[in-house]
Amino acid sequence: MTRLPRWADLILTPLISLALAFAISAVVILAIGQDPWAALKTMVTGAVGSSYGWGYTLYYATNFIFTGLAVAVAAHAGLFNIGAEGQATLGGLGVALVCLALPWPHWALALPAAMLGGALFGAAWALIPAWLQAKRGSHVVITTIMFNFIAAALLNWVLVNVLRPPGSQDPATANFPAGTHLPTLSDMAGAIGVQWGKATPANVSFLIAIAACLLVWLLIWRTPLGYEIRAFGKSERAARYAGISPVRITVVAMLISGALAGLMAVNNVMGEAGRLVLNNVEGAGFIGIAVALMGRNHPLGIFLAALLFGFLYQGGAELALFSNIPRELITVIQALVILFTGALDNMVRMPLERLFGRRAG
Amino acid sequence: MTFLTRLAASAALLALSAGLAAADPALIYDLGGKFDKSFNEAAYAGAEKWKAETGGTYKELEMQSEAQREQALRRLAETGANPIVMTGFAFAEVLKKVAPDYPDTRFVIIDSAVEGANVQSNLFADEQGSYLAGVMAGMATKTKTVGFIGGMDVPLIRNFACGYVQGVKSVDPAIKVLQNMTGTTPAAWNDPVKGGELAKAQKAQGADVIYAAAGGTGIGVLQAAADEGILSIGVDSNQNHLHPGKVLTSAIKRVDTAVYDAFKAGTEVEVGKTNIWDVAHDGVGVAMDDNNKPLVSDEMAKAVEDARAKIASGELKVVNYNTGNACPVQ
Repeated sequence: MTRLPRWADLILTPLISLALAFAISAVVILAIGQDPWAALKTMVTGAVGSSYGWGYTLYYATNFIFTGLAVAVAAHAGLFNIGAEGQATLGGLGVALVCLALPWPHWALALPAAMLGGALFGAAWALIPAWLQAKRGSHVVITTIMFNFIAAALLNWVLVNVLRPPGSQDPATANFPAGTHLPTLSDMAGAIGVQWGKATPANVSFLIAIAACLLVWLLIWRTPLGYEIRAFGKSERAARYAGISPVRITVVAMLISGALAGLMAVNNVMGEAGRLVLNNVEGAGFIGIAVALMGRNHPLGIFLAALLFGFLYQGGAELALFSNIPRELITVIQALVILFTGALDNMVRMPLERLFGRRAG
Repeated sequence: MTFLTRLAASAALLALSAGLAAADPALIYDLGGKFDKSFNEAAYAGAEKWKAETGGTYKELEMQSEAQREQALRRLAETGANPIVMTGFAFAEVLKKVAPDYPDTRFVIIDSAVEGANVQSNLFADEQGSYLAGVMAGMATKTKTVGFIGGMDVPLIRNFACGYVQGVKSVDPAIKVLQNMTGTTPAAWNDPVKGGELAKAQKAQGADVIYAAAGGTGIGVLQAAADEGILSIGVDSNQNHLHPGKVLTSAIKRVDTAVYDAFKAGTEVEVGKTNIWDVAHDGVGVAMDDNNKPLVSDEMAKAVEDARAKIASGELKVVNYNTGNACPVQ
């Protein structure tokens, strides 16, 4: 088997997969009697055609970067963390508790504290499945997915019975104090005199997400711990022989994974909603799996894949809100993208490899 | 010449369509979806009634995610829709933020109260309608056990349950009320299979009348009750026709009227006020029609009418769960 040149592996294959996914989506849209060209135009202009669209696309992308990184770190240790959804839910609780605990004077103080709260709660939620995996061999796939449901039930109970302001019908916390309001990207652009994306939810967390990408890259490829995680993920027996403790690596990798998922709450809970509502994660934990898969567990790939899914989310929302295409079709398009870029990857890769092999030979 | 006429014609057309668009009302459905046979669908029915009567057109949107609420409101306001009607208390916080930015647009929110010079709020006395349903359930039960199945465990649904229990106990304090919630995620609003299973479980514990306040999940409850040969009570919309002779009644909530009224008033819809839809204003009540006629005895009809009159006159107070975050009876 010839190896593909790196640029073809990282850029050409996903692009061809994407083109295939969109081609089949176009056929589906034609089949239900709509115009695929108009649909594509709505999606593109809605998601990236204006600073307004970008504001939403980047907001969604920020969520997906965090959950994608969370899944990727666990995947490097050979662990399939399906629990990013629940860990992000708990992270939201951590962020909310921090924001409500003190009358924060300024967001620059509140943000690090909230990040700590979100990361701690997310990590704690990952700790139990990690410990069960490491010590008892209970498979992390099963336990993390079950913990998603427990997290949903816990959040529901906490919001309805504990954190809800008396007399309020809405199962949500009170609004966070003004000192916790994160500057949006448009505020920041405004500060340097650029008019950009009014009233959109993208906020300073996007920069934190980029920093997290860098840190994860450093961790995985430039530190002894990252080396141990990768060695353990490639072959547990070899790692054990080299003196790497499986219990320690399993627990540490899951803690980092859970903390990254929990950090997402800084974006959606603190940055966007300004209070904790039910269902605030909205499936971003599961999208994270697709993002990590598509990004080949590499931070740069995850960043690009998160942007793509942010585009699909925002473009899909525009399509559902402002066209006659039923909202279920948006899910079909997103599913096709996941199917082609993830599961059917080899379908594109193998002919490409043959093509490049012939050229080389 | 031709170019000029075409230009003039298109300009006129543009002006005309802009004028039309500006007058169009808009309706936003909450996450449950438009066809939930219940809350959102009642809003849809009101809008369709207005459309059939006036021949007008309206814009409609279905929410897909929490972050979209603000997006949807702003986009609709910017396209010139007026008034903008939204269903569900979850819009309250967002509306507080958005409404002041569009002073010329009028907003109507259902199921919540939001202060604002350009906002009309609509609150429904859900506990009163549920109380009347409870009275009927209490009189219809032979096993002295009735059931309640809620959607998600949120205060709104606890209020339904609380009113229902108060009604049942007013007939006979010894009647047992079984209570179940379907789930803890929004999927609980649309899980008819689980609703059916809960109904069967309650029947196994002796319940012979089951009240479903669970959106789309209720369809499964009503179906299972009909299959098991026991009675059920529908919610929000009149659901008596779903299984004629098997649905005791429906605790209706005139969301359709609220939407219809708002659409009819159009850009002149009254703002800065809160409408209270209780039994006195026919905002809530129980559905009586040909489908449930054989099930409702004269005695039962009279008891309901008495309770209704007493609540309307203020002689009988049905406790609202949200005033004290607790229900006086279980």
